Amino acid sequence: MSYDRELPAIDKTEFLPYSGRKQDPIQRPSANYWQQAFRKLKANFPALISLFIIIGLLLFTLIGDKIWRVDPYAQDLTQISSPPSFNKKALVIPDKIHYQPVYLSNLEDYTVKTSSTGMSIIGTPTTQFIAFKWQPVAGAKGYQIFRHEYLPHGIDDLGVPLGTNDSGDHVSYLDALRLEPIDYFYSVIPIFEEGQLNQYSTIKITAANAIALGDAVGLGIIPKHQKMHYLGKVINLPAHPLGTDYLGRDMLARLIEGGKTSLFIGLVAPLIFVFLGLLYGGISGFLGGKADEIMMRFVDFIIALPFLLFMILFKVAFGIGPGESGIFPMLVALILLSWPSVARLIRGQVLQLKEMPYIESSKLMGAGVFHLTLKHMLPNVTGLLLVTFTFAIPSAIFTEAFLSFIGMGVVPPTPSWGSLCNDGIQTLLTHPHELIFPALFISITVLAFNLLGDGLRDAFDVKTKGERP
Amino acid sequence: MPALTKLSVLVFFLSVLLSSCGISKKETALNEKNQEISLALTTEPPKLNSIKSADAISFIILDHLTEGLLRYGPNQQLEPAIAKKWKLTKTGATFWLRTDAKWQDGITVTAQDFVYAWQQVVNPKTASGYAFILYPIKNAESINKGKLPLESLGVKAIDDFTLEVTFEKPCPYFLELVAFMTYRPIRKDLHQEWGRAYAADAETFISNGPFTLTEWVHGAKIVMDKNPHYWDKDSISLNRINIPYITRDPSALFNLFLEEKIATWITPALGSGSIKKALKEHLSLKKFETGAVFYFEFNHRDDRLTHNKNLRKAIQHVIDPYLYTNKVLGIAGNTPAYRLLPKWLIGNKKPLHEEYPLTPVTIDHKIARDYLARAKQELNLTTIPPLYLLIDDGGSNGSLTGEYLQELLNDVLGLTILLDKQIFKLRLQKQYQGEFDLTFSGWAPDYNDPLTFADMFYSQNANNSAQYENVHYDMLIESTYKTTNPKLRAQLFAKMQRILQEDAVIIPLYYSGNIYVQHPRLKGVRRSRTGSSINFSYAYIIPENITLTESNNQPEAMPETKKVMP
Amino acid sequence: MNHSSAQNTLKKYPLLTYIAKRLVSGLIAIWFIATATFFGMHMIPGDPLSSEKQVSPQIRKNLEARYGLDKPLLTQYGIFLKNIIKGDFGISFTQENRKVNDIIREHFPISALLGLLALFFASLGGIGLGALAAFHKNQLSDHLIMIMVILVVSVPGFVFAALSQLGIMKVNDLLHSNFPIAGFDGITYLIVPAIVLGLGTLAYITRLMRSSLLDIESADYIRTAKAKGLSNGQIFVKHKLRNALLPVVTVLGPAIAGITTGGLVVEMVFAIPGLGKYFVEAVQQLDYTVIMGTTVFYGGFLVITVILVDIFYGWVDPRIQVVK
Repeated sequence: MSYDRELPAIDKTEFLPYSGRKQDPIQRPSANYWQQAFRKLKANFPALISLFIIIGLLLFTLIGDKIWRVDPYAQDLTQISSPPSFNKKALVIPDKIHYQPVYLSNLEDYTVKTSSTGMSIIGTPTTQFIAFKWQPVAGAKGYQIFRHEYLPHGIDDLGVPLGTNDSGDHVSYLDALRLEPIDYFYSVIPIFEEGQLNQYSTIKITAANAIALGDAVGLGIIPKHQKMHYLGKVINLPAHPLGTDYLGRDMLARLIEGGKTSLFIGLVAPLIFVFLGLLYGGISGFLGGKADEIMMRFVDFIIALPFLLFMILFKVAFGIGPGESGIFPMLVALILLSWPSVARLIRGQVLQLKEMPYIESSKLMGAGVFHLTLKHMLPNVTGLLLVTFTFAIPSAIFTEAFLSFIGMGVVPPTPSWGSLCNDGIQTLLTHPHELIFPALFISITVLAFNLLGDGLRDAFDVKTKGERP
Repeated sequence: MPALTKLSVLVFFLSVLLSSCGISKKETALNEKNQEISLALTTEPPKLNSIKSADAISFIILDHLTEGLLRYGPNQQLEPAIAKKWKLTKTGATFWLRTDAKWQDGITVTAQDFVYAWQQVVNPKTASGYAFILYPIKNAESINKGKLPLESLGVKAIDDFTLEVTFEKPCPYFLELVAFMTYRPIRKDLHQEWGRAYAADAETFISNGPFTLTEWVHGAKIVMDKNPHYWDKDSISLNRINIPYITRDPSALFNLFLEEKIATWITPALGSGSIKKALKEHLSLKKFETGAVFYFEFNHRDDRLTHNKNLRKAIQHVIDPYLYTNKVLGIAGNTPAYRLLPKWLIGNKKPLHEEYPLTPVTIDHKIARDYLARAKQELNLTTIPPLYLLIDDGGSNGSLTGEYLQELLNDVLGLTILLDKQIFKLRLQKQYQGEFDLTFSGWAPDYNDPLTFADMFYSQNANNSAQYENVHYDMLIESTYKTTNPKLRAQLFAKMQRILQEDAVIIPLYYSGNIYVQHPRLKGVRRSRTGSSINFSYAYIIPENITLTESNNQPEAMPETKKVMP
Repeated sequence: MNHSSAQNTLKKYPLLTYIAKRLVSGLIAIWFIATATFFGMHMIPGDPLSSEKQVSPQIRKNLEARYGLDKPLLTQYGIFLKNIIKGDFGISFTQENRKVNDIIREHFPISALLGLLALFFASLGGIGLGALAAFHKNQLSDHLIMIMVILVVSVPGFVFAALSQLGIMKVNDLLHSNFPIAGFDGITYLIVPAIVLGLGTLAYITRLMRSSLLDIESADYIRTAKAKGLSNGQIFVKHKLRNALLPVVTVLGPAIAGITTGGLVVEMVFAIPGLGKYFVEAVQQLDYTVIMGTTVFYGGFLVITVILVDIFYGWVDPRIQVVK
């Protein structure tokens, strides 16, 4: 037998990787659990945006007050409940109200008539005060003064009854009751012994925005040493991008301050109860058997407590001492009632993990409890923990807001988004900005954490059974 | 596709449900044909048993259902009711009862019904919160403290229609008192038969007033119908008072009014937001001065810093009631208070504040700082430690006022004020245990006499939670117990008021007033500062076609109470 | 639970044993709730008997005796437990002539009705919207529904309630309709509050429904159905919807808990005289007996509901194993 065919010569180069057309990579670059999760998260657009929003919110509350340097507690009674404003102007007027009540005897030029007419303004009408006088009415034993914000339709529609002058010759009135820079319609009705006649006179007075000299100095708008120079001049008031509240405090500054409270509760409470839950659930699952059963029964009991009812009960039971903000009792109540559901979740996961072959083999190789926990258990529950934590934040924030709504939240002057909402809800009809902004902050925060939670859940591929319905 | 059909049936059912509630128009504010009105309540009346009632809402409802010896008529004047005439002396009073006054089951109201009721009020077993209001009657206080038997109470039924009262001390305002809710009669037989259930439900309520309790769904609804057995039923024009809503939410109440579901509510008070909205809707606004005064009170216990008079004076010279009421509180209706006793209290003949004017405290930061410096010296302190201001979460602007005071005193005097905000019951407890430096408090009058306010600072008074103790003040109070001379009494009260100011016992802030709305065709609603603050017994509906201007001759301002002596 | 004896009995009467076991643990849970409430309540530093007008010490003593507050704490606890067993929660502090039992009996049905309506809206709306979203997967309507669903749960309940009340007024203004804005006088008053209350659950069910429908997409029986030539609509209703409903049904149990206690915000804003609103007012008044009665009642109610729901599942769907 001869070999007529020779074996082809094999060159070394044949064994080199193909250098022509680039081949599609078949496998993904190797990545561990964390890298994978992070990659999935990066692909989830809403979750990513949410992450940025959350970072933004944290920055807003943490360093917001370094940028927006307005004292959240400083009151400005000249700008109460004012809507967002940037360059509001005000006339500087003296501190003391210069007003002398006008009596009939002071007014020689007025002839006595049978009906009150001829109302006229005294001095400059400003938002600090408006004064006016009228012609006396023969036989009147007094006058009643009304204020309207629209032109009255008739004697039944004169507006707010401001007050009564008890004598017929007292023919002037000083009104300082929370004035806005708008048109006012003042009406006067003479009162007679027999009652009142169907006659009234009305005057329209436009209030100019004004600030008292002392207040302007107090707020630091004008320098103290040359304050007299500004008297009678128009100055710029400090800007309030989100308006002011019922004591003229800057809403933006209060939202920053309130965010500290809300996010503190929202982050710290879940942090602690997730940790407690991890500890309890982990131990319970690890021990197994009778111990596990007893420990879980206890968890069941606490979960059976009606949450909101007990939240209120505990909040009241812990009490708030004088000068305290009420954050601490709320935190404790939240933690006391919330850790068990986390514990239950973790315990389930640990029980599952315990059955895993790699745990078994690790045990066979002599791994101790410490090694098992640190190397195997903990890394495998981290995803679940993170997701649980993220979803716990919105509910903690909501709980704070709810408690504030029923008046059992943080105590003034400490603001929180919830308490700001509660304050704002009273004036929803007239000053909607006082509700809308804090509500918006709560909503955005909750939304962001919810979306991030969704993203994390997908990324870590965990099934959260204990999610709130 | 069964599931889909089921779904569509459900959707159909749902839409029917939705549309049906859009059509049904059950409540209307006024029903002229049936002479019915609909109202809302802010809370459920907790106790409709007149011997135990202690709150404003129960008083209001009770005032429609029961009647005492005297009553307030349509114009707020005291007038005969169950008693047709009476005699008041320094040592006691005698009432002659009308013979035609009936309970709702037709049984006659007798003097024994009063004797039984009054004995039950002071019975320590009843534990009535308002027992003190019977203390002018002989032995009432001792019985209430368990020292004497019930029978020793100074009230006797001479016969079925004659009631004789003996006083513990002279009581010139006793006629006011017998119009009060706690003095109403109750039925011994039914009270004993029903026991605890007495006045707990519509079925276990017996009325002797203008209206009967027809329906009472707790927390939701109250219906009162005209009482056919009422002796004066001819002066009552309403057939029914419907109260289908019970809510505390001010905006819900105002919305119900705007929707013409209710004619007004009990007790109405508009906040600044609702007032603005009402102006926009061109609603007619009215004002009612509730009679209550609000103030800061210092703790006068020895171990408190506020025991120091100069510290109190320092704070007194900073707080400006005018600025506070107009700018901080800023709700129309309230008037700044510069003294304890409100303007409407009568002295000798004219209002007390006209007969004995009191110059308001000057607001001066320099004076205030001088006082503070002196206080620091006396107390041997370089800085004053934080002071605690006790407030509650009730609806009387506690937080607002507290936050304002905090900033103000910090700005002007460098004082640190810490707020202590508690739920109402806790606040009361802290207040009476003296765990505060300042409180923000209010006091509403129980009867039409300056004593109802001045009494609060009497060292022997259990309501003196600040434990203010001043021998001179006590002497003045005790003097009022001994005299019925109006001129002398007015002088005494003026002196007390001056002491309160000079000693900086309290810092008055405002007299509360409510701006309210009421259906323009509902007239004759009586409002008063004591007892039941609002009453619809004499209310009537003006027919729709009659122009409203005629009714405007009614005085807008409430006439002062006239004391009647037949 | 690896005891063989227990397992034997379980094999014989699995459901009965299970129910007995659950009932016993339920009773212990109620005892736990009662104890927690009692001591929580007595931790409150306040005094339920304090009032604006001070009363004499004699009267105070009588009041304390009336409510048994004069006895040592443990004796009070014993009496409290004994009364619970008897089903008697005592008399209210603020409304001296009303029994707490009566208060619960009168107010709870309203809360329950509100809760049921809310659950009804939530499940109906959630199933419908979820199915719609899954059916139009990745289309505009799907995205809109999912966005709405996530936005809705981000607004605090009380803000939503207040805004919806304003909304009804606007609607009434525009349509001259007469939808009730507050109060309670028949079921129509509960419709809007129930919708507001059910929104959170609705959102949750929508998402669950959608995802479970999408999970089913690749199931064998769907492929079989397709192969049989059934139309898309038929497959959707006959196979997908039915099977996707199962996980939805399982969340209804916990949802009852959430909704019945969550109702108090809505009850407060819409002035509905339910037990939740009553509870909040009782807390503000420190009405010990009402607070304790309400909490124990609610706790018991929830415990029993959860047990019943679990048993119900086991009976409805054998695939859900109640007996672990």
